[in-house]
Amino acid sequence: MTQLPTFTKKKLGLVIDLDTCVGCHACVISCKEWNTTSYGAPLSDVDAYGENPVGTFLNRVHTFEAKQEGCSAQTVHFPKSCLHCEDAPCVTVCPTGASYKREEDGIVLVNEDHCIGCGLCAWACPYGARELDKVEGVMKKCTLCVDRIYNENIPEEDRVPSCVKTCPAGARHFGDFADPTSNVSILSAARGGMDLMPEIGTKPVNKYLPPRPKADVAPELDVLGPLLAQDETTGGFIGWLDRTLEKL
Amino acid sequence: MHPAPSVIIFTALSGLGFGLIFWMGLGLPHISGMVVTSVFALMGLGLATIGLLASTFHLGNPQRAWRALSQWRTSWLSREGILAVLTLAVFFVYACLWAFLDMRIAPLGWLSSALAMATVYTTSMIYAQMKTVPRWNTVLTTVLFLLYAAAGGALLAAQMHLAGVLLALLAVVQVLAWKQGDGAFASAGHSIETATGLTGLGKVRLLEKPHSGTNYLMKEMIHVVGRKHAAKLRVISILLVAILPATFILLSDVGHWAGLVIVVVHVAGLFAARWLFFAEAEHVVGLYYDQR
Repeated sequence: MTQLPTFTKKKLGLVIDLDTCVGCHACVISCKEWNTTSYGAPLSDVDAYGENPVGTFLNRVHTFEAKQEGCSAQTVHFPKSCLHCEDAPCVTVCPTGASYKREEDGIVLVNEDHCIGCGLCAWACPYGARELDKVEGVMKKCTLCVDRIYNENIPEEDRVPSCVKTCPAGARHFGDFADPTSNVSILSAARGGMDLMPEIGTKPVNKYLPPRPKADVAPELDVLGPLLAQDETTGGFIGWLDRTLEKL
Repeated sequence: MHPAPSVIIFTALSGLGFGLIFWMGLGLPHISGMVVTSVFALMGLGLATIGLLASTFHLGNPQRAWRALSQWRTSWLSREGILAVLTLAVFFVYACLWAFLDMRIAPLGWLSSALAMATVYTTSMIYAQMKTVPRWNTVLTTVLFLLYAAAGGALLAAQMHLAGVLLALLAVVQVLAWKQGDGAFASAGHSIETATGLTGLGKVRLLEKPHSGTNYLMKEMIHVVGRKHAAKLRVISILLVAILPATFILLSDVGHWAGLVIVVVHVAGLFAARWLFFAEAEHVVGLYYDQR
């Protein structure tokens, strides 16, 4: 079970657009809502209304700041969930066979009835995509909403992961990376879809689209520069005041 | 990494137990008679068993622990479980024959020795395989675990001169491992920029955490507080675990009571060293929290 499949027919995964994400955390909430009531044990919260609330989440949004020397900083909202790696170290370390990668679509799942909650898979994951549920004592992770995407009881347009369906900015896309003509393959190729921490060799399926170059954070695209430069030769009363005060 | 008491007790005590089993398998100490042999054998079996039981304390669902024996094809943890059970079973038969029938069957002993060291090897690989923890991801982790077991086992088996030499060797390797470990994270090439893929956008820092409180990942993988006194603890642990015992053993004739004191000092140092092994280890997931 914990041997990784050498080939998966599909490579289902997400494209996350860091240029479009506004950091609203709607995907975090919808993920928690859907997954606490469906696949496996609920996502517990401990001390939810107390002083030190701690809870299990399968998706979290970090916010980073990137800054080049001499330029303005830019904010990058960064949603992070399981990347359904092709070479998933979380699967091979599992002693019970509870962690597995599906041959048919490449989704990495946990069989909670077999999970002993040793936490080794969470150690093996570089991305922090797995969280041990404190109440149930089993490992929780993104299932790519396996109970939505094949669910014939819900309308066809809803058969995508909950986070994708709910994103108000359209920053999340779901599809099959094994198919070069799929929406996600085309989008990723067009926008330079990248891997997180590629040097660790996990071969993630999920791809992140880097923020598009912005005028004020890249020195070669200094379109605001000339406008700002005009400030120094402002005319009118302010200009007179500026020149007069300068002379004092 | 969070230095959980259950894992420290597990690795330290099972290492000592399997170390003693290793030497007893080779016929050391030269003992006979039911009482003396039983005491030594029970010490080996007991330490290994207590260690293994302690490791189940941190499980979320220990009642299913038997399932952990199933994935030997890929999982070092599973391999460790299987080898540990095998070692204890083979050694139990060997020790019973030795103690009760005064029949020491050498090949059975060699098998217990080989199994005991193989078990310690698999324990070390649980940590050494972790690419996510660069400090552990080295062959030195394995060498250290084997040396700790062999040296501690030799002390328990009252093989003082053997222990003295092994402890001296242990001190050297431990210092090397600390030195190499200090640069491991940087030389693995992981940074907040590679973690976020924002390499081309300049210097990256965390502006806001995904949540105001803590979470499982931060509690388990990010341990900042304890590292404050790491330098002092390194000195204390290496003095206790190796340098003091080795010096006494190699410079003087150690009797029974002095031997006991040396064992106690060594075990205290072992716990400090093992605590550091976890507390000093930095997991790459800390990059997403701008903390290590």
